[in-house]
Amino acid sequence: MNRLIWAAAVAVLLSACGSAVKLDNVPVEDKSGTNVTKPGGAGTGVAERDVTPVTLDKNKIPDAANRVVYFDYDSYAIRPEFQALIETNAKLIKTDKAKKVVVEGHTDERGGREYNLALGQKRAEAVRRAMGLLGVSESQLEAVSFGKEKPVAMGSTDEAMAKNRRAEISYR
Amino acid sequence: MLKRHLLILMAGLVSATAFAQFRVEVSGVGLTQVPIAIAAFRGDDAAPQKMATIVTADLERSGQFRAVDATGVAMDEGSRPEVSTWRQKGTDALVTGSITRLADGRFDVRMRLWDVVRGQDLGGQSFAVVAGDLRLVAHRVADFVYEKLTGDKGIFSTRIAYVTKVGQSYNLWVADADGESAQSALNSAEPIISPSWAPNGQQLAYVSFESRKPVIFVHDVASGKRRLVANFKGSNSAPAWSPDGKTLAATLTRDGGSQLYLMDATGGEPRRLAQNSSIDTEPTFTSDGKFIYFVSDRGGAPQIYRMPSTGGNAERVTFTGTYNISPSVSPDGKWLAYISRVSGVFKLHVMDLSSGAVNAITDTTADENPSFSPNGRLIIYATHQQGREALMTTTVDGKIKARLAGQNGDIREPDWGPMQK
Repeated sequence: MNRLIWAAAVAVLLSACGSAVKLDNVPVEDKSGTNVTKPGGAGTGVAERDVTPVTLDKNKIPDAANRVVYFDYDSYAIRPEFQALIETNAKLIKTDKAKKVVVEGHTDERGGREYNLALGQKRAEAVRRAMGLLGVSESQLEAVSFGKEKPVAMGSTDEAMAKNRRAEISYR
Repeated sequence: MLKRHLLILMAGLVSATAFAQFRVEVSGVGLTQVPIAIAAFRGDDAAPQKMATIVTADLERSGQFRAVDATGVAMDEGSRPEVSTWRQKGTDALVTGSITRLADGRFDVRMRLWDVVRGQDLGGQSFAVVAGDLRLVAHRVADFVYEKLTGDKGIFSTRIAYVTKVGQSYNLWVADADGESAQSALNSAEPIISPSWAPNGQQLAYVSFESRKPVIFVHDVASGKRRLVANFKGSNSAPAWSPDGKTLAATLTRDGGSQLYLMDATGGEPRRLAQNSSIDTEPTFTSDGKFIYFVSDRGGAPQIYRMPSTGGNAERVTFTGTYNISPSVSPDGKWLAYISRVSGVFKLHVMDLSSGAVNAITDTTADENPSFSPNGRLIIYATHQQGREALMTTTVDGKIKARLAGQNGDIREPDWGPMQK
């Protein structure tokens, strides 16, 4: 499937003459793949010479799952598995200086509301700083906290609480 | 063995008086309570509010009075009590009164307080009010009785603020000190936290998430006019009024971490109160305005500190436990109420600030956000009871607790308003 996407992208690059498409911005969807004839494939006449134009959306915001960084209990350290997610978002934010992003920190339900607000802020700041190190401008970033006020998972199980300890990258 | 005996003894001493409004739980020994009889006011039966019931509930909730049975007594403020009869009932004081509907639809309420030990008339009060103010009148009567018999100002006619969450709807309520007569000051689809009464009792500062980040509003309760006083980059939270009402302390993150700032209560440029790389939050002024108590994790875990309200060196106040938050100082500066995590549960603690002695005063496990009554005799706090959020009041020694009348849904973030002028 991956190969198919690349093939599609290359095909688009070759055919969409004059369009300034960068390789950075290869589409993440493979819907164009079906319109490209594989080399040596069974040709069926005119249809194989069809070209479906694809416009790459430079402002394509990652889906929700790719905008959330989860944290360990009582921790503000970004786990290695979230580095790529942060890089992807940082790269996107850098491409559009008009983009404003708010990093929203959250905690699990344990403890006081105001103190949790401060803890959530530390998580948001950790993600904001990581993006700053990747070259995202300060003026595009804001770190805020919701403390324990906006859980995504209800209940007091370890699993629910782990889902709530998070920082969400919110495009505004 | 001794422990078991003690438990049985304690269980025997626990008595619960059920009222329509709330439940008072009395436990412990060595209480010095004034026995008082409150006769049904003449006309209570036909009145929209039962004066004697409200007055009794108020006085019992204070922890300083014990109601003596006065059922079946037909008296009013004009009756002269048969002192020996009342002494036999074991009471020290008697309240009588009446409530009468006036031609214009208002109600005439009169009362008299008797010292039945000395056979002395301690004075009375009268009011002419609309039906909607009858509960307030009953609270004023309770304040009168309380002050005459204890020498302290009563707090029954003060107001409290709290927040409820029902589904995704948040309300900021202003209610009587017994939780009744609640009126919504603000309804929002986003969370509201940390309401704080201005010293004039007319405005509330609070944190609202309505703009998808925490910002601080000052809200005039009577007019509903709101002013956005802190909307700086980052989070804006934990507003606290200086005693003169001119300054707000708050936690802002505009310069990085959560730090304390002072600003004019009308808004304007904040002045940073302290500078460090740790969390500083939950500021609260002492009533003389000289100090600010606050929470900081500068020592590695959240503890309560205090510093001069002009800034300067902070001294640590709590030393036991690894999680101490949400300080509230009594108006006389003698007591510090706060929440401490002990063995994974969160309990209301009270520290005697002169000796540093600390007591856990509840048997609940999810206590939050204590706030002293303006006479320093009671503490209101949020907790969980039977799996639901609840508001409670307790005496400073923890011996008398009452669950306040509540709204539907989760109820939290209480703040006790100042004395009413």
